[in-house]
Amino acid sequence: MTEETPAISTGIGADPSGLKGVVTDWSHDRQAFQVPWGKAMMWIFLLSDTFIFSCFLLSYMNVRMTTTVAWPNPSEVFALSFGGQPIPLILIAIMTFVLITSSGTMALAVNYGYRKDKKKTVLLMLATAALGATFVGMQAFEWTKLIVDEGVRPWGNPMGAAQFGSSFFMITGFHGLHVTAGVIYLIVTATRVGTGYYDRHRGGNYEMVEITGLYWHFVDLVWVFIFAFFYLW
Amino acid sequence: MAYVAIADRDHEQPMHEPRSFVTKYIWSQDHKVIAIQYSLTAIAIGLVALVLSLAMRLQLGFPDTLSFITPDQYYQAITLHGMIMVIYLLTAILLGGFGNYLIPLMIGARDMVFPYMNMLSYWVYLLSVLVLCSSFFITGGPTGAGWTLYPPQVILPGTPGSDGGIVLMLLSLVLFIVAFTMGGLNYVTTVLQARCRGMTMMRMPLSVWGIFVATILGLLAFPALLVACIMLLLDSVLGTSFFMPALLSMGEVSEHTGGSPILFQHLFWFFGHPEVYIVALPAFGIISDLVSVHARKNIFGYRMMVWAILIIGGISFIVWAHHMYVSGMNPYFSFFFATTTLIIAIPTALKVYNWVLTLWRGDIHMTVPMLFVIGFIFTFINGGITGLFLGNVVVDMPLSDTYFVVGHFHMVMGVSPILVIFGAIYHWYPKITGRMLNDRLGRIHFWATLFGTYAIYLPMHYLGILGLPRRYYTMGDTSFIPDSAQVMNAGISVAALFVSLVQLIFLFNLFWSRTHGKPSGSNPWKATTLEWQTPQTPPKHGNWGPDLPLVYRWAYDYSVPGAAQDYIPQTMAPEDVPTSDASYHGGEGEHS
Ligand code: HEM
Ligand SMILES: [Cu+2]
Repeated sequence: MTEETPAISTGIGADPSGLKGVVTDWSHDRQAFQVPWGKAMMWIFLLSDTFIFSCFLLSYMNVRMTTTVAWPNPSEVFALSFGGQPIPLILIAIMTFVLITSSGTMALAVNYGYRKDKKKTVLLMLATAALGATFVGMQAFEWTKLIVDEGVRPWGNPMGAAQFGSSFFMITGFHGLHVTAGVIYLIVTATRVGTGYYDRHRGGNYEMVEITGLYWHFVDLVWVFIFAFFYLW
Repeated sequence: MAYVAIADRDHEQPMHEPRSFVTKYIWSQDHKVIAIQYSLTAIAIGLVALVLSLAMRLQLGFPDTLSFITPDQYYQAITLHGMIMVIYLLTAILLGGFGNYLIPLMIGARDMVFPYMNMLSYWVYLLSVLVLCSSFFITGGPTGAGWTLYPPQVILPGTPGSDGGIVLMLLSLVLFIVAFTMGGLNYVTTVLQARCRGMTMMRMPLSVWGIFVATILGLLAFPALLVACIMLLLDSVLGTSFFMPALLSMGEVSEHTGGSPILFQHLFWFFGHPEVYIVALPAFGIISDLVSVHARKNIFGYRMMVWAILIIGGISFIVWAHHMYVSGMNPYFSFFFATTTLIIAIPTALKVYNWVLTLWRGDIHMTVPMLFVIGFIFTFINGGITGLFLGNVVVDMPLSDTYFVVGHFHMVMGVSPILVIFGAIYHWYPKITGRMLNDRLGRIHFWATLFGTYAIYLPMHYLGILGLPRRYYTMGDTSFIPDSAQVMNAGISVAALFVSLVQLIFLFNLFWSRTHGKPSGSNPWKATTLEWQTPQTPPKHGNWGPDLPLVYRWAYDYSVPGAAQDYIPQTMAPEDVPTSDASYHGGEGEHS
């Protein structure tokens, strides 16, 4: 709006410089960050979620060190046989690839969102959701294989330390829930873009696409850490 | 450029004017209604915790005559008492209650940034309280593991509630965390992004600063509790062994193997210590505002106070293991944590000095809120000093798990925040209802509560030094405990009964003054902050009428030399300030 900013400084002294100036600038009136509310809130939420995943991963490392029984070798456990030839970590490699690709499609969706290219935005978001769903599907497959074929249970497994199964199911399960929630979130946002909800209610502002994207990239990033600490260690 | 004009974002806050009774008072999205809902629920569940403490006190005071609870029930009472007091009462009322009420009003917003989520936050909180209460009614009853819920005993048979109670407790905590997160994201985003024009962060009242930083602490600390709860839930329901080592339980080898009970303690206290400050920082903030208003003086060292809040918040994340000196930790860790613990005392002491210096030569009005302020300062110093003792490893070793600890933490995080909450209710009740609380009843309530609580907790320090262990159902015949300890225990119990009864006066006052109190007008304390400048009292939906307020100065322009009144509201432009002589220079606003 065009209203003028009032002289809100009481006029004592000039604008402070140095460290004080940094504080004054950062804490100036109304907004600390020049971003929409939803985006600011998503950043804060993700910070909180980072702490959740860090706690999970640190706990996993801790029990891996305290348990008295040998830890199963991940590259053997997570191998798939093709034609009698076991290939270590192949499924996880594909899953990781799928998820990282979905980050790419998401980034493109955000880009087209800014260009107000409705059709491409919707398609790319749905593609992202589809890749996410594929990831969850492959995870379900992996879980089934571990539970049915290998006899891994949350409370124990034939290969070694009981904590292997418990941490695995807990952490990948928690992450899988995040991905599932993300898929739903993507579909909702894509639908709203597609049906013109944001044109009608937000003055054609597609910032929700970017906010959804933030969440999605975060979930991908977390996976990289889970991948590194669980499968490669 | 210090003050950047940015595009007006008012359109981001569409107002949904509530129409029916249900949308206005029940499914309400108005931050003020949600605040009341949060507070009343917290007070209600807090009364349950109070009754539980009386049951324990009667048992401890008169083990032979009034012993109507069993040892198992004692443990259940102690667990639920501690958990409810810390989480479901104090955290909920300070952040969900005061946070919700004060943040939008004090920073000049119409509501929280996402009111719908804010409403959900309350309902999930209510659900968590109901789940907690339901554990009283299942077979086996609620868990009796102590509010710290330490494994392994928490899920071993023999501990009360190890089959069902603990599951409900953990579920309830998870729900609470979800509720807190929804509310907390709102509070932080609102403070960061929805302040009115002229409201720089360095002009915010310290109440908002305290609540803001406490909420950030919550958003970073509750994750650890969440993870601990999930893992404990899996241990108890699915038989995993995150926290459970291999052990013999009741003569049988348990099915667990290889877990780490210490891991739970780390996770718990990584949450648990910041939790102390989640309760304390809002209290600090509120006290700063009350002291300034009722001493008619600007808060001493505003910037220092803000930095102290931030520094305390930061350091509170690296002191947690001072709760674990006796858990079998590497002594080097203890050394580190003792050091950080003692360092955190510096900014804390600084805050206390600043409160006292604000009082110094102030125009002190001995109103009821001011009484509570002074009571708080005393009590907090008391609890803080015993904290210094317990922060030192060698001093803590013999005192740990004795009544000294019980005395310490009740002083510092039991009585102190409760005094602040009382003071704050006496202070803001006129804004919430448009009527004053009865003054005489308030004074009786204050003195009885203050002396009563000291009668309860001061002797506990002595008992602790004697070696009376904490969490004991009865002291039995122990040679090192003299008979006189029992006399003292009986006295404490009488005082506890007395303090509890006195709270009825307060509750009566709350309800009676709602209809019979003296009408307060819009600004009975002549305060500067925005919530007292609303067009209506109580503020209507949307808070500010058609135009958002415009802020010209900081929150503490009291007794400005040369000004005609002893306070200048934050909304008053420099040229509008009525002056009485030429020494007026525009207020303290900028060069604080
Ligand atoms: C008149 C008020 C109160 C009375 C009479 C009271 C009494 C007690 C008693 C008798 C115990 C058990 C001590 C033991 O056997 O070791 C206890 C524990 C505890 N209380 Fe209070 N209390 C009161 C208020 C509060 C408040 C306001 C808080 C809030 C922080 C609180 C927090 C706790 C905690 C955290 C425990 C430890 C529970 C545990 O050991 O698991 N209490 N209280
Ligand atoms: Cu602590």
